[in-house]
Amino acid sequence: MLDDFLMRALLAGLAVALATGPLGCFVVWRRMAYFGDATAHAAILGVALALGFQISIFMGTMVVALMMAMTVSVLAGRGWAMDTTLGVLAHSALAFGLVAVSFLPTVRVDLTAYLFGDILAVSRFDLAVIFAGSAVVLGLLCWRWSALLTATLNEDLAHASGIHPGRERLVLTLALAVVVAVALKIVGALLIAALLIIPAAAARNFARGPESMAMIAVVLGAVSVWGGLELSLPQDTPSGPSIVVVAAVLFLLSTVAGSLLVQFGRR
Amino acid sequence: MSLISATGLGVSYGGRRVLFDINFQIDRGEIVTVVGPNGSGKTTFLRALLGVVPPSRGGVHRAKGLRVGYVPQNLHIDPGLPLPVARFLSLPHRHSPAAMAEVLARVGVPDVAGQHMTTLSGGQFQRVLLARALLAAPDILMLDEPTAGLDQPGVASFYRLIDDVRRDMGCAVLSISHDLHVVMSASDRVICINGHVCCEGAPHVVRAAPEYRALFGLGTGGALALYQHSHDHEHDHDHCHESGNDHAHEKEHADHAG
Repeated sequence: MLDDFLMRALLAGLAVALATGPLGCFVVWRRMAYFGDATAHAAILGVALALGFQISIFMGTMVVALMMAMTVSVLAGRGWAMDTTLGVLAHSALAFGLVAVSFLPTVRVDLTAYLFGDILAVSRFDLAVIFAGSAVVLGLLCWRWSALLTATLNEDLAHASGIHPGRERLVLTLALAVVVAVALKIVGALLIAALLIIPAAAARNFARGPESMAMIAVVLGAVSVWGGLELSLPQDTPSGPSIVVVAAVLFLLSTVAGSLLVQFGRR
Repeated sequence: MSLISATGLGVSYGGRRVLFDINFQIDRGEIVTVVGPNGSGKTTFLRALLGVVPPSRGGVHRAKGLRVGYVPQNLHIDPGLPLPVARFLSLPHRHSPAAMAEVLARVGVPDVAGQHMTTLSGGQFQRVLLARALLAAPDILMLDEPTAGLDQPGVASFYRLIDDVRRDMGCAVLSISHDLHVVMSASDRVICINGHVCCEGAPHVVRAAPEYRALFGLGTGGALALYQHSHDHEHDHDHCHESGNDHAHEKEHADHAG
């Protein structure tokens, strides 16, 4: 079964959707959309470093994404406006990454795969790494779910209940770095944030509670991956953007359906 | 032993001294109200006691295993987060539907469990916040201007509710207020803060203290005379808590608030 590249691609995409669904909800609830973008863009710098130092791409992107997320947290704590900080760091990391890659003495690197994903090229080993990474993220989020949700709602409220908001933020930062590393192969650095935000935003139109929103986001993410593959194979379109296109269409449909439901007073 | 105590507590933000030389303690079952003008550091004080803000001087000591029921001044719920009341009450720990129904009835909003937090009125919202705090079976309730945004009957009935709850559960109550006159009658002790503790004592002692008068400038016009009258009114009630008349009055308040 795993010999089929299409099956590997589908499984990899579904595994990533399992992690991006709930994490994407937190990105939406905590207004971290741009933060997710910055972390994902830093992955290109990670790719360059990984190729340069001959370490695994997965490790390289995860470490750089993590450092990026930490840097943003520290700078934001020092009173810089968050969007300015992110604007500087996100684009700098991307630019440095692109320049660094061009310095690599090895064979010319095809950057498209890293920028837009290359889900059809997922190997057995990639699949194992993606499954492990997604399992870690999903496990982390399930384990800390209640504390994360409380800290997301209000940090003082969390504190009074014996939860350390800083620790929960770190959990999310870690989860984000791992997701960036595993999703790089699926949708590419430029569109990872889209895979986090769009299914979650679409799920909001139907969700009655935080848990149902996370589950609907997983389903919509999975459908996007499947639909994106179906779209990209016959038409030979790039896989990452195809997945995001399907997600965007789902968002549009769910928004229309959601407002229709409101109109007819069924909510 | 006191539930929370602070010795020589000082808090600074970026070199600006917000609080200094504060000695404080609150014991089991006590009602303490902190009053102070805007920018006097009263919210910072509460957050320092909670442990959110680290002290830059002195220290805060909380009793081991202290359960805190915290009611924030306001709670912004992101429109992206669908949050039914029942789910909110179960943060961070799950409670049975029966326990939630009981506490919602206790705070006077029995029918809101299925509603979304964003659809509640101001008065209902504050009561749900209180209900969540009570579900933790707190040793101490900490309320940061819990009645901001409520009208006067709403404020009065909310504070009466706190008083009733305190008597049922035996928890201490530490609340912050700038609308002194409603709170003071129920308090065992009032602490007037303006960076440091200006004056402290029983409500009538603080009200007469020159430091308090200097801060809040009593006797400055018509609005204050109205408050004054309202305060005397409350005080009378305080002396005849168990009378039927009092209950009728409370119901009237509740009706107005709803």
